[in-house]
Amino acid sequence: MGQRIDINHLNVYYGDFLAVQDVNMRIQANKVTAFIGPSGCGKSTVLRTLDRMHEITPGAHVSGQVLLEGRDLYGPDVDPVEVRRDVGMVFQRANPFPTMSIRENVLAGIRLNKKHIAKSDADDLVEWALRGANLWNEVKDRLDKPGIGLSGGQQQRLCIARAVAVHPQVLLMDEPCSALDPISTLAVEDLINELKRDYTIVIVTHNMQQAARVSDYTAFFNLKAVGQPGHLVEMDDTTTIFSNPHEPDTERYISGRFG
Amino acid sequence: MASRTDRGPVIDFDRFRPTRSSIRARKRKDRLMTVLIGLSFLVALIPLVSVLWVSLSKGVRRLTPDFLTHNMSGVVGGNPTPTGGYGGILHAVIGTLEITFGSMVISIPVGVMCAVYLVEYAHGGRLAKAIGLMVDVMSGIPSIVAGLFAFSMFALVVGPGTVNGLAGSVALSLLMLPTVVKTSEDMLAVVPNDLREAAYALGVTKQRTITSIVLRTALPGIVSGTILAVARVIGETAPLLIASGFIATTNPNLFSGRMTTLPVFVYNEYSQGLAVCGPGADPGCLTDIHMQRAWAAALVLILIVLLLNLLGRLVSRIFAVGRTR
Repeated sequence: MGQRIDINHLNVYYGDFLAVQDVNMRIQANKVTAFIGPSGCGKSTVLRTLDRMHEITPGAHVSGQVLLEGRDLYGPDVDPVEVRRDVGMVFQRANPFPTMSIRENVLAGIRLNKKHIAKSDADDLVEWALRGANLWNEVKDRLDKPGIGLSGGQQQRLCIARAVAVHPQVLLMDEPCSALDPISTLAVEDLINELKRDYTIVIVTHNMQQAARVSDYTAFFNLKAVGQPGHLVEMDDTTTIFSNPHEPDTERYISGRFG
Repeated sequence: MASRTDRGPVIDFDRFRPTRSSIRARKRKDRLMTVLIGLSFLVALIPLVSVLWVSLSKGVRRLTPDFLTHNMSGVVGGNPTPTGGYGGILHAVIGTLEITFGSMVISIPVGVMCAVYLVEYAHGGRLAKAIGLMVDVMSGIPSIVAGLFAFSMFALVVGPGTVNGLAGSVALSLLMLPTVVKTSEDMLAVVPNDLREAAYALGVTKQRTITSIVLRTALPGIVSGTILAVARVIGETAPLLIASGFIATTNPNLFSGRMTTLPVFVYNEYSQGLAVCGPGADPGCLTDIHMQRAWAAALVLILIVLLLNLLGRLVSRIFAVGRTR
């Protein structure tokens, strides 16, 4: 089952630079939440704070709270490595491990953590994860072939299978379709719709039609000017955001009359 | 004032079109450069082929099983030994392999870990810059200085006048280290950041990410870089002459006693000039035996480097990163 995320007064800094200011939102369990907004508004940055991936960037830090089902991800005794086991992530560019086969890629999260898994369990897990990612029928005969031999869309679904195989509660997607053709995009969008039964999904997208198609809730981020921090303008039901937003900025962005 | 319109600046763009004569000139230049580049390639090939040909033709005569299975003990002048040969290089082959292996054991872990620090941990800090500078300086150290360094280090640590195989390994590892660090650093740096992020996002620790993803992906490149470094030091003569000395008998112990290597053997044979075959000498006495042995040993050294290269390629191929179709 997916878990709920509450974000309270979240500020994100890169060194001294305040990149995102005072974000407050609730991300519902087992729903798809889309982050939209212009480039540089901090939507990817906020997404990356949800599994503490921003900490890879030297100097990046946050203040405020991110609660996963009530548990503070930034608590003093919380290990970022543990957080990332509960909160999976799929990236803009498909990034299967080039040294691994399709099967090894799916099992990477478990194998790399030095966990032993019986062969029959591994077989089951691979099939389950690949079926979950709508990829099983396409690759079941070549599980031992390299993962990067697949097409772009298949690679992205392999990455989703790899993320799903460690049983996270939340799945973060950072523009997962921006490098894919329309048919592969459709396959991934269908998949997102199925995945929300089991996971809470947060997706960053530049494609507003995509946000309208796949998400239940939409959060619009904006920034006042270049060099100013980004902020959350508003968040609501996707239908409300796209048909009847509260803020004029949102309306202008949605309708393409922006900037 | 009037030159700007909505259609952009008023410029006669036809002037920028290539003219017929300029196209002809370009084609002439293209042919000329093709010929020049081909010629440079041939010029570069001449010494290479010549070296290979001379070592092969001069070395193959003395390259007998007896030569490969005996050392130089009991060899007098140009006289044949009781086994029918004229002495051999077994001791030098063993010495070269052991000393080179020793230098690999020292420099590869240090070099690779140094590169891991530089790429994964240092984030271009002051220490990283200092290390980078040191590595560049180190790659310019004359090999004789490395030999003297190893000799004096062992004199201080073990005792004055200590000469053994390990001292040679230390000297060679100093020469290898910069190459290993540089190539490993380059190879680690080209591992896409996407892969590190992918591993972190799966809840993999930094240590496992580095060992299982980053180093694994960079492995083929690190192997070829290391082989290159080995090939560079395996032919070193001067530092080994100082640090490991010269001996006619086989000494399999890297940690004690003098040890001959192939380059030192070649140098020693060459420096002895012609052998004396006096009136009472054996009828099989050869005056040019030193030269014959030198060429044969040189050929064996070339073959060892070749074998190492093939081995490196094999390892690289086995661990090759799957290509996009």
